[in-house]
Amino acid sequence: MHDRIDAILSSYGRDRANLIPILQSVQAELGYLSEEAMLRIADYLGVPESQVYGVASFYAQFRFTPTGRNRIMVCRGTACHVRGAPRILDEIQQVLNIREGETTSDMEYTLETVACIGCCALSPCMMINREVYAKLTPTKVREVFSKGGQEQ
Amino acid sequence: MTFEGLQRRARDEWQALSESAVPLIQVGTATCGRSAGASAVVDALREALQREATPALIMEVGCIGLCFAEPLVTIRKPGRPAVCYGHVNPERATQLVSEYLLRDNPLADWALGTVGEGRIEGIPELFETPVLRPQVRRILRNCGFIDPTNILHYVARGGYTGLVRALGMARGQIIDEIRRAGLRGRGGAGFPTWRKWQFCLEAPGEPKYVVCNADEGDPGAFMNRSLLESDPHSVLEGLLIDGYTVGAREGYIYCRAEYPLALERLHNALAQMREQGLVGENILGSGFSFDIHIKEGAGAFVCGEETALLASIEGRRGMPRPRPPFPATSGLWGKPTVINNVETLASVSLILQKGAEWFAEYGSEKSKGTKTFALVGKVKRAGLIEVPLGITLRDIVYGIGGGILGDKRFKAVQTGGPSGGCLPEALLDSPVDYESLTTAGSIMGSGGMVVMDEDTCMVDVARYFLDFTQKESCGECVPCRLGTKQMMDILTDITEGKGREGDVELLQEVALAVKKGSLCGLGQTAPNPVLTTIRYFRDEYEAHEQGRCPSKVCKALIRYRIVADKCKGCQICLRACPVGAISGERRQVHTIDVGKCIRCGVCLEVCPARFGAVECVTGQ
Amino acid sequence: MKTLRLTIDGVTVTAREGMSVLEAALEAGIYIPHLCHHPDLKPVGVCRLCLVEIAGRGMTISCKTPVEEGMVVKTESPDIELARRVAVELLIVNHHADCLSCAKDGACKLQEIARYVGIEEERLQRLRRTTRSLPVDSSNPFFLRDPNRCVLCGICVRTCEEIVGASAIDYAFRGYATVISTLGNRPIVQSRCESCGECVARCPVGALVPRQERNPAREVRSVCAYCGVGCGLYLGVRGNQVVRVRGAAESPVNRGRLCVKGRYGHGYIGHPERLTTPLIKRDGRFVEASWDEALDLVAARLAGYRGDQFAALTSARCTNEENYLLQKFTRAVMGTHNIDHCARL
Repeated sequence: MHDRIDAILSSYGRDRANLIPILQSVQAELGYLSEEAMLRIADYLGVPESQVYGVASFYAQFRFTPTGRNRIMVCRGTACHVRGAPRILDEIQQVLNIREGETTSDMEYTLETVACIGCCALSPCMMINREVYAKLTPTKVREVFSKGGQEQ
Repeated sequence: MTFEGLQRRARDEWQALSESAVPLIQVGTATCGRSAGASAVVDALREALQREATPALIMEVGCIGLCFAEPLVTIRKPGRPAVCYGHVNPERATQLVSEYLLRDNPLADWALGTVGEGRIEGIPELFETPVLRPQVRRILRNCGFIDPTNILHYVARGGYTGLVRALGMARGQIIDEIRRAGLRGRGGAGFPTWRKWQFCLEAPGEPKYVVCNADEGDPGAFMNRSLLESDPHSVLEGLLIDGYTVGAREGYIYCRAEYPLALERLHNALAQMREQGLVGENILGSGFSFDIHIKEGAGAFVCGEETALLASIEGRRGMPRPRPPFPATSGLWGKPTVINNVETLASVSLILQKGAEWFAEYGSEKSKGTKTFALVGKVKRAGLIEVPLGITLRDIVYGIGGGILGDKRFKAVQTGGPSGGCLPEALLDSPVDYESLTTAGSIMGSGGMVVMDEDTCMVDVARYFLDFTQKESCGECVPCRLGTKQMMDILTDITEGKGREGDVELLQEVALAVKKGSLCGLGQTAPNPVLTTIRYFRDEYEAHEQGRCPSKVCKALIRYRIVADKCKGCQICLRACPVGAISGERRQVHTIDVGKCIRCGVCLEVCPARFGAVECVTGQ
Repeated sequence: MKTLRLTIDGVTVTAREGMSVLEAALEAGIYIPHLCHHPDLKPVGVCRLCLVEIAGRGMTISCKTPVEEGMVVKTESPDIELARRVAVELLIVNHHADCLSCAKDGACKLQEIARYVGIEEERLQRLRRTTRSLPVDSSNPFFLRDPNRCVLCGICVRTCEEIVGASAIDYAFRGYATVISTLGNRPIVQSRCESCGECVARCPVGALVPRQERNPAREVRSVCAYCGVGCGLYLGVRGNQVVRVRGAAESPVNRGRLCVKGRYGHGYIGHPERLTTPLIKRDGRFVEASWDEALDLVAARLAGYRGDQFAALTSARCTNEENYLLQKFTRAVMGTHNIDHCARL
């Protein structure tokens, strides 16, 4: 793992302004930010490790535990909310038997909510990885997961 | 290459496209188009063209804004106006090829309208339809019409002439031009853009920076995403003009990570600018050197606040700091910095291209120009719109939006996202401008406009926004960190029927303290959804205190039940219920076990409309 | 330095250029409630309690507003009262409720502010009290970290960064979930923390408290006995026991700062095993002796050696005069340059 992190680090200058881009690249590589990785980043940039953690934990994008193979992001935008997003989230939680922020035990799905994915006109919606699912209903949610949403 | 050379090439390519001997098929593949299935439509079109062995050009374009009708396909046959089709799916796409391209049957029923000269029987002109007639397309002029990945298309339509003009002007002249145009910040607060620039220009300290705020975080807003995906150069040109005017050599675009396509388009556009000598050293031989960096956000709404945004670029927690000093004197790394919103910069390009007087033709006395809005929620024609400032809310909701979905009763329109407020029917005739919206207790904001109907619970909406702001508060200052959480807790209690006497007054008190005491704009405006819903919909709060949710939204206050004389005993609801709360034999009246029921509403959703045997009740 | 005159609540106050309105007021004996301000640290303006009204500018925080000539400041108004009262009430309902069991009781800034604002129980009853309970970090032998008593003023974070230069802690997460944390919220002993206690000394509430410290009956000004820096300190004494040490702010050497040894390492003073007389080894065991006996023995034995047969090690904990004497003795009497020192001796 150290080699993978070092390879990323060497492509950036030792400048604090690169902290967030480095965290993004490391997470893209490892799937999450381990404490070891953060220590290495801190060391490389000469930024105290408490501050690396402070920055990483501030932003919703970063995670400190491994995530599932597929990331579900339920939109909690206003348009989605008034058109039933809470019921969509409830339904997914019910179907996958996990809460928001959790990962299924088979590491297949991680369930998250995002501020707004900007598809308000097609609300309520969610994203699985980079695919957007629009105009959802609880019934549609069941269909998506019975087919294995990640393959679509 | 000189700019004239670039323009010649651009005009040639555009002309070749307009006079193409083969049909031109444009598919809107911005994020909204894609989520509605546009990618499958492109595939289907390719396949059909190949199968029929008919030549045609397929061009992927951005978003024209008619999101309600996505996916959109526009077909222009030689010598004919282009026809824009809505709700296209792969089957329809295949039929369009076989019917319109091969047999010349324009399938008028599926067409939304024609664009360009000439008419086609049975199809209206697109820009004369109710959704577009009240609109003035300036910022969005290119969206959905050009290939956003091709700089030549932008140049062919007048792009970068604003920059060329600016490079020949004195800085003071440019600022004066922006001042005469009356441009105010499109990010929300409406601060005069020229003044920001003037402050930065006059501020001591080198180097100076300009930053484009593309961290469009308001839930319910996507104007900036659409513009960046559909016409990225219009924003980049504005950033160059901004940099030249204030004397900066470097600019940043801070775009949220939730917009992968917008980021991709920006990176692509920047590479093309570099190729054409529009960014880098000695731009167009003018002696002006300027570079642009694209910074990807990491998921923090508060980074839309300018000092938090700067902290984030510097690699720190996105925590706002007290102002003064303002960024114009002490911004990025302590240097003078101008931060402008995406749409503000697109307006700057236009002002320099067309002149201040042209820009100020539209708008009201203090709010000049046009403004884009994301019109969404319970409205028939949701989408991205551009209207002259000063238009009434009614013209937007009922004119452009076509009224409420299912012809239900209008309840409120929410503007300004979590910083804005909910405006009731009585205010539908007020003009949309900075001052009127502020007087009404809301704000213009960046342009989110969410329509709510009788099925929307206003207490739930207030709770929703406070849940959002308390999650997105940076946590630094006491009133915002604890005040938004407190308001959310009180609102949660009210929506769960656990409200206490005096809660509404308590909410108002906490709201006022948070508004007055918070450090940054997030906290200072976070109480607006609470204050406006109390101001305009106090009866709903009172109903909740009595255990009723009039809109039947708040789960703790509603129940589902089966109407005995309507139930046919079909067992559809029984099978669909995720928790097995419904019992009943075939052809016998079913019943719902209220104790088991989780109020997901699936039974109501699946009960065939002709029976209508499930109902939702509140109270008693 | 230029002096300026401003008016606070109708009183003319003299201040130096560069001071904040808060500093000017406090120096003039006018109290303005404040929680995140600390005279040793840069102002951040996050507690939002030091609100004032400035003529022509409206309500603002005084800790981040520099004084200006002729400024007219008011420390009370209905808006200030509302914003401040609600903020304090919110802090209280989100704070550990049991003051009596808190080591900071009586010296707590939140209590001080609450008394100033005037807390009414009926008003607190209306608010939703926190139900959160976070684990206390008791990993450090010298102090406890209790996030349930933390008000997130950031004084500890700024102290560790601006004064100590260790940055062992920072804010983590955001919104209501914000906490002061090490990397991965590890126990503080697993961080870069040097246990100097500078943060503990500045914490305005009971979030950072020393583990074994009692309030002294009196204080004795002294100099730290550990190393050659010579930090000024106050030994807090009860009876004849040292129960607390604090840095002497007026000492030009350390300006009130101490390290882990100076602050917490005073246990040896009253330790039962501490040597109080010289020991001489007789028949294989050490026995107590008088200073005269011991010095006579050393002098007699040294007489047998000269030159490079001899070497002396001194200590930075000795005074300059003592060290001077020993090197003089080594060179002039013993006839060698074999002299060195170690700060830890």
